[in-house]
Amino acid sequence: MTCVLTALFAKILLSIFFLREIHITFAPELSKGMRVSHKTSMKSIVLATLLVLFGMNSSFAQEHGTASEPAIEHHEEEKLDIKGEIFGHISDSYDWHFFSFGQGHDANHISLPLPVILFNTTHSKLDVFLSSAFHHGHEPHAGYELYVENGKQKLKTQDGSSFLDVSITKNVLCLFLSIGILWFLMTGIAKKYKVNGAHKAPTGIQNAIEPIIGFIQDNVAKPNLGTKYMKYMPLLLTLFFFIWINNLLGLLPFGFNLTGNIAVTLALALIFFVVMLANSNKNFWGHIFNPPGVPLGIKFILVPIEILSNLLIKPVALAIRLFANIFAGHTIILSIILLIFIFASLSKVAGVAFVPVSVGFSIFMFFLELLVAAIQAFIFTNLTAVFIGQAIEEHHHDADGHDHH
Amino acid sequence: MELLLPGFGLFFWTLIALLFVIFLLKKFAWKPILEALNEREKGIADSISAAERIKAEMANMKSEHDVLLNQAREERTQLLKEAKETKDKIVNEAKEQAKEEANKIMMEARQQIEFQKNAAIIDVKNQIGSLVIEVSEKVLRKELSNKAEQNQYINTLANEIKLN
Repeated sequence: MTCVLTALFAKILLSIFFLREIHITFAPELSKGMRVSHKTSMKSIVLATLLVLFGMNSSFAQEHGTASEPAIEHHEEEKLDIKGEIFGHISDSYDWHFFSFGQGHDANHISLPLPVILFNTTHSKLDVFLSSAFHHGHEPHAGYELYVENGKQKLKTQDGSSFLDVSITKNVLCLFLSIGILWFLMTGIAKKYKVNGAHKAPTGIQNAIEPIIGFIQDNVAKPNLGTKYMKYMPLLLTLFFFIWINNLLGLLPFGFNLTGNIAVTLALALIFFVVMLANSNKNFWGHIFNPPGVPLGIKFILVPIEILSNLLIKPVALAIRLFANIFAGHTIILSIILLIFIFASLSKVAGVAFVPVSVGFSIFMFFLELLVAAIQAFIFTNLTAVFIGQAIEEHHHDADGHDHH
Repeated sequence: MELLLPGFGLFFWTLIALLFVIFLLKKFAWKPILEALNEREKGIADSISAAERIKAEMANMKSEHDVLLNQAREERTQLLKEAKETKDKIVNEAKEQAKEEANKIMMEARQQIEFQKNAAIIDVKNQIGSLVIEVSEKVLRKELSNKAEQNQYINTLANEIKLN
């Protein structure tokens, strides 16, 4: 909470700085008589301020300056590519783009190039190079081309051969950063326990994390997993804190969007799924393939349903629930901010008039997302515990009753 | 729809990174933290039970103390009672003894008196006898001429004394 507020405050300061910066950049261009309308520069300023304020990269689609697009877009500068704009912000990319200024070919991109790691399965060739080698899509490199579709950066081979992409993209870097945060936070706290011993009152961040760990232990692990809960505590704690930290980082203005990405949530669900299968007992499989106390005819219907629900729906639902919640939150906030530009494209007055409404709504959404961040992390962890609990559950009395019928 | 297609690269890195972080955090963070938390929980539970035990012990001690106090009180009253009894007894005995002593003294005194009286009577008798003898001598000296008569008189006197 404080963290987010501080970040917002810092961004307000930054935005003031950027405003001046953009003025300086645009002033000579205007004097040179370039085709930059006053309207566009105003729009850039407002957009830069708002996006910087409200936590998204300030890369504006029209200003991406990709090889094929700038000329067309320059003519149609009033037309907004809403879909591309939103997906551009929440999609992965091969560089970490902070902001751009300038127009078309003169655009200056402030971004961090990231390593591209590609394995060409057709030629069995491994290519490792920095994404700056593409010059923002202007040049192909090592037989690969970078292009943008719906605001999302994509790679293709020039000769059409297939390849495996394990690049350190923006999201992968965010992943490493968030894991770094998680690592230093938790080992720091662990060290405090080691230094101070168990019987000293917790201090600082230890105070904040301790009740959460206690909550997961007492309200998530113990009721669902029974006596063997201790075995699953590391998994549950890691899942909870990883998801929570990433949900919160997703609200920060640096373009983190990990838990709103299906690949990440699927990986999380896969880990849960493997743990569930590895620890499942005879009772669990018995309930799937031979549900007790069910007539034979019904079994033909019930068994496929049980197989589907246990072996497919459980992990996939986990993955999609988290992804959809976070993705939706990001999309709503972006849409609310972009509403300004939709109105502005109708009339300048309408755009300006909509600013307070949009800002109000997005503040409201940010508070909601703070709540959602914690709730979704809890739900994912809790369901993981519930499902594992079902898989390791011993033969209970209820089933006994059915057997004797 | 493209949104729902996971990117392989991110999926791959997430899986690797998460597996590493789960195992490393388990060893370096969760284990010490959970151990410390459980130890503290146990410590608190122990402290509470110890406090309960001490409380019970205190209550126990208090009742014991009360019993002792009551006992002491009873003993004191007992002692006081006994002391009083002893005192009474001693006083009574002393009185009794004094009475006896007094009686004895009285008796002795009476005996003494009796004895003295007897002695005095004997003395008086002797003196009277000697007086009688003296008087008789005087009388006799005067009437010595008549011997027969004298003897007879002496006998008479003697008989009279005997009869006395």
